[in-house]
Amino acid sequence: MDFMVFQYPMITVQACLDGLLLGILFALIAYGMALQWGVMNIINIAQGDLVILGGYIAYFMYLYGIHPAWGVIVSPIIMYFIGVGIYKLVINKVVDRDLFISILATFGISILFMQLMNFAFGADVVLANSGYGTTMLFDNNVTLPNSKIFSAVISIVFAICLVIYMKKSKLGRAIRATAQNARAAKILGVDTEKVYAATFGINAALCGVAGALISITFTIHPYMGLPYTIRSFMIVIVAGLGNLPGVAMSGMGLGVFEEFADYILGTEFRIGAVFLLLVLILVYRRFKLSRKREYLK
Amino acid sequence: MKINRIILSFISAVVILFSTSVVSFAKVVGDKIVLGAAISLTGKYSSNGVHTQNGYNMAVDRINSMGGVKVGGKTYKFEIIYYDDESNPKRAAQLAERLISQDGVEFMLGPYSSGLTKAIAPVTEKYGVPMVEANGASRSLFTKGYKYLFAVLAPANLYLDVAIDLAVEKNNGKPVTVAMAFEQDAFSQDVRLGVLDAIKRTGSKKVIDDKLPKELNDMAATLVKVKQMKPDVLVVSGHTKGALTAIRQIAEMKVDVPMLAMTHCDAAKLSKQHGKNSQYALCASQWHKTLTYKDNFFKDGMKYAADFEKEFGYDPPYQSAESSAALLVFKDAFERANSFDQKKVRDALAATNMQTFYGNIKFAEGGQNVDKPMVLFQVMCDGSGKCENKVVAPTKWASAKLIHPIPKWSER
Repeated sequence: MDFMVFQYPMITVQACLDGLLLGILFALIAYGMALQWGVMNIINIAQGDLVILGGYIAYFMYLYGIHPAWGVIVSPIIMYFIGVGIYKLVINKVVDRDLFISILATFGISILFMQLMNFAFGADVVLANSGYGTTMLFDNNVTLPNSKIFSAVISIVFAICLVIYMKKSKLGRAIRATAQNARAAKILGVDTEKVYAATFGINAALCGVAGALISITFTIHPYMGLPYTIRSFMIVIVAGLGNLPGVAMSGMGLGVFEEFADYILGTEFRIGAVFLLLVLILVYRRFKLSRKREYLK
Repeated sequence: MKINRIILSFISAVVILFSTSVVSFAKVVGDKIVLGAAISLTGKYSSNGVHTQNGYNMAVDRINSMGGVKVGGKTYKFEIIYYDDESNPKRAAQLAERLISQDGVEFMLGPYSSGLTKAIAPVTEKYGVPMVEANGASRSLFTKGYKYLFAVLAPANLYLDVAIDLAVEKNNGKPVTVAMAFEQDAFSQDVRLGVLDAIKRTGSKKVIDDKLPKELNDMAATLVKVKQMKPDVLVVSGHTKGALTAIRQIAEMKVDVPMLAMTHCDAAKLSKQHGKNSQYALCASQWHKTLTYKDNFFKDGMKYAADFEKEFGYDPPYQSAESSAALLVFKDAFERANSFDQKKVRDALAATNMQTFYGNIKFAEGGQNVDKPMVLFQVMCDGSGKCENKVVAPTKWASAKLIHPIPKWSER
């Protein structure tokens, strides 16, 4: 245990800011997961792998001399079609089935993606340099890489666009209707098959954006997807489905929690702390549910 | 029913035929010495697995074309049976079993990484198969009392202790403060033990001792602590992702530290991926092409690098060089043993004392090479942003002078 983080106020500020910026990015990935979980009742284990694939798209643009920030535009477009492709090939066969089957199917997709990415791009750790520089605050005591600020801003922009799209557009309304009651939506003329495909595509596109941002701020590697899946799963569990402000809040909360866990428990327990928190929340939820059941009795 | 039985017996006959024919192709047959190797051609170690394989192949071609191996007045050629271990230790152990008991291989080359070597060593030991490995540096490999394991590379605990000594030397012999960040895996933790030894020996003090997770891609917290504590040296070891992440975040967060020492810089292609931001980083390396060791097959490091580049199209990382050296060691041992008896070859290996382009090779009791020091190079960039790795320590091979302390970010 190390409480340095509380001894120096500047470290506390740094940890909070780092956590918030990171959390906003997590929230974007989690929002995609919440969306397709809510609409299709599928828990996508391959979420993190889609993120990494999006990252590779930005990385390849960078390799060919295009600024990786453009990946934020290009990557979601490509990823949308990949998402629709995955839906047509695999997901449409498991969408009405048991949750367990969808977990198995997406787990399979996850393994397949890891291996394919490893095969296609190699096992090297890579990154894309944005050259964005650094913002110094409080007499140079707090440093914020501009790439992280850029990531947070882009994540917020995409989230806002998506919310507006879901509210105003025809497809958005169809998606929401299907989420509420797929059968009723079908009877009322919504092509649910199309809605599902589009939802999965939108989720993949969000992963694409996040991946491009991660390649600019951190590093990417074919086997690095799982921590992102776990984090988004956790955020969705805390926030609940179809609750965007909740997803944003719990995303940022998780980001800050991770940073503090890193300082206090040590970097090695960072991901472990996330898992622990997940277990605690699941236990707490169960406890709450069982109390509710008692009332009903 | 009857037809089924006929088909079944036919299939089993074919299977038996195939399995016996495989056995008869292996070992030392005709003029061939067959070596076995499980290599990571897929999975997370695949890039370094390929470097290893290229190193092996390069040496096999070279030795074969320059007269092969002379044993008992007859000339033999090397041949290697490769299997892909998928970067998975369990699979590697299975494949070692298969190479030895099915393919009849009597001599093995090592896989890539300490973890996989650890998985294979008990198998080769059980069957008494001599294994020369070039990519497992973990200290724990050499403390188990293995008799048939020989490593051409320096053990992991010697990777970065040179850096601490160097820092103390630059501090006029006075102790220094050290910040450490090491990944939690066998190799990096061994590097850490070596650094701890050096800290103790020099009377220095560790101020930060962080362990990094396997999924490491953010070490901002460690670096914030470094900013606060202002140590004299920061040492980082976490394979390629550790090196890449450290350089990115040190540059982004403008962390000023007089000396930064790391491992895996050349595997991470540090200067290529990060350009000027990687400048002044010190990197531990098993080998560098400018070292002046010599042998009859590859001449010296520069010639090896040029030949390797011609054949495979890239500058050889030390993983390839040490893999090539493993075959030179095998050839030398076969010729001195003048036999293919596994015990005799093992004894000849244990008595190895030779120089290769990669360095001197002499094995200690535990099998590690004790005659080859690690080198430290520093990333140095010219005005146009072109960066190069230059050896700065030990002074005997230094091709450039160490730049110390690292200039502050505000002055760059």
